[in-house]
Amino acid sequence: MTQLKERLVQLEVLRYNPDTDTEAHFQRYEVTCYEEGVVLDALNKIKETIDPTLNYRWSCHMAVCGSCGMMINGEPKLSCHTFLRDYEGVIRVEPLAHFPIERDLVTAPDDFMEKLKRVKPYIIPKEKKPISEGEYKQTPAQLMKFRQYSMCINCMLCYAACPQYGLTPSFIGPAALTLAHRYNQDSRDGGRLARQEVVATHEGVWECTFVGACSEVCPAHVDPASALQQMKITSSIDWIVEHLIPGGKS
Amino acid sequence: MAKSHKPVVWFPFAAGGTVIAFFIPVIVVLTFMAALGHVPAGLSYERMHAFAGSGLGKLVIFGVVALSLWSSAHRLRCTCYDFGLRADTLAATVLYIGAIAGSLLSAMYLLKI
Amino acid sequence: MSRRPLVRECPPTTWYFRQPRYLRYMSREITSIFVGAYCVLLVVGLQRLSSGPAAWEAFLQGLRSADSIVFHLLALAAAVYHAATWFNATQKAMPVQIGEDFVPGNVISGAHYVAWAVLSVVILYLAGVF
Repeated sequence: MTQLKERLVQLEVLRYNPDTDTEAHFQRYEVTCYEEGVVLDALNKIKETIDPTLNYRWSCHMAVCGSCGMMINGEPKLSCHTFLRDYEGVIRVEPLAHFPIERDLVTAPDDFMEKLKRVKPYIIPKEKKPISEGEYKQTPAQLMKFRQYSMCINCMLCYAACPQYGLTPSFIGPAALTLAHRYNQDSRDGGRLARQEVVATHEGVWECTFVGACSEVCPAHVDPASALQQMKITSSIDWIVEHLIPGGKS
Repeated sequence: MAKSHKPVVWFPFAAGGTVIAFFIPVIVVLTFMAALGHVPAGLSYERMHAFAGSGLGKLVIFGVVALSLWSSAHRLRCTCYDFGLRADTLAATVLYIGAIAGSLLSAMYLLKI
Repeated sequence: MSRRPLVRECPPTTWYFRQPRYLRYMSREITSIFVGAYCVLLVVGLQRLSSGPAAWEAFLQGLRSADSIVFHLLALAAAVYHAATWFNATQKAMPVQIGEDFVPGNVISGAHYVAWAVLSVVILYLAGVF
């Protein structure tokens, strides 16, 4: 069996203890890790062998759960999906931007959770069918219309990347709005107009200026930017129908 | 919160952005050639006056100028906010009024031709 | 255990220096200054055109300064950068689904570039450039 190569990894990690600190501060760690490992491996090694007080979220270690989002050298990334071989020198690790720090690398996702709920992220059936009438049928083409937008793992990297969310925290944000679009595009759903009450507000799609950072950092290739632009167009058409066409209603 | 009236300013912005993308570069090339001393034949007074004199010409010129002005104004308003200028209402008022004024003046001049 | 979350401010005037993609975004947005200024020039041109041949000739002459040439270069760069970013963005706003597949985004953008090239050539031809 070939010997796995090791390397020395230096991390500069932002620490914050709510019980004792008033400010966050950086702490330098040095560990030896497998060269082919990820930043999460380095954090785990630090916690196991050097500093058990280091706090961070993680779970699947394979970029599907969305737990381990953090800023690595200023870029929002999943730490389990950030390979050490791509970095030289000291790696700066900070909690996900634009969220309050709970402790060390753990952020408070309360705002995001609340916004996810606000967009009514569930099927509001077009026609109510009793179970006795069987299942809702959907062709592969109908599935493809929304499938991409259903792949979101709620990792919040897009919120960390979005400067408009950073500047205007009332912005509902990429992932929550994309989730609304996912249901709007679902052939079983009839709730688009109900969701428009949230989507078409100032803190909805209209805070977005199409920076596109969200789609660039998304690890699940959801492309939230495209969802938001599509909703801007449908919202504009809605506005014209509601305000300029006699008898038009929204 | 109530649904926003943003489409009023965004829809013309989107139309104007498309107009700028397709038309403005080549128009800049034309006046650039004039700036370099090689006035294209189409920019002579006779040709320009004839084009702007026609109904279609007036419509095309007004459409390009008005939508481009509006689109630039809206983008500039958002850019002011991005640069940290928090007085959004002031920026919006100044810029949109500027765009509307420019469009009205263009219409006035075109109607004179 | 009580919570005392620490809020980190997003600096409102310098946030765009934090990532290269933010600088690219700001460059795209700043094109509006030069494009807007160029549109003002067009309005001035219309005024001269409506004032008769002498005024129009004076306008064309007035374009022939070093400042004007620099301004035109900036305006051209801004307009082209706007066009490129706009066409690349359009593919996101208008997905075209055929059956189970989507038309690749770069085909949609590519079609815009082709239309742009054709339109520009036509306008240059009509303006007597060739």
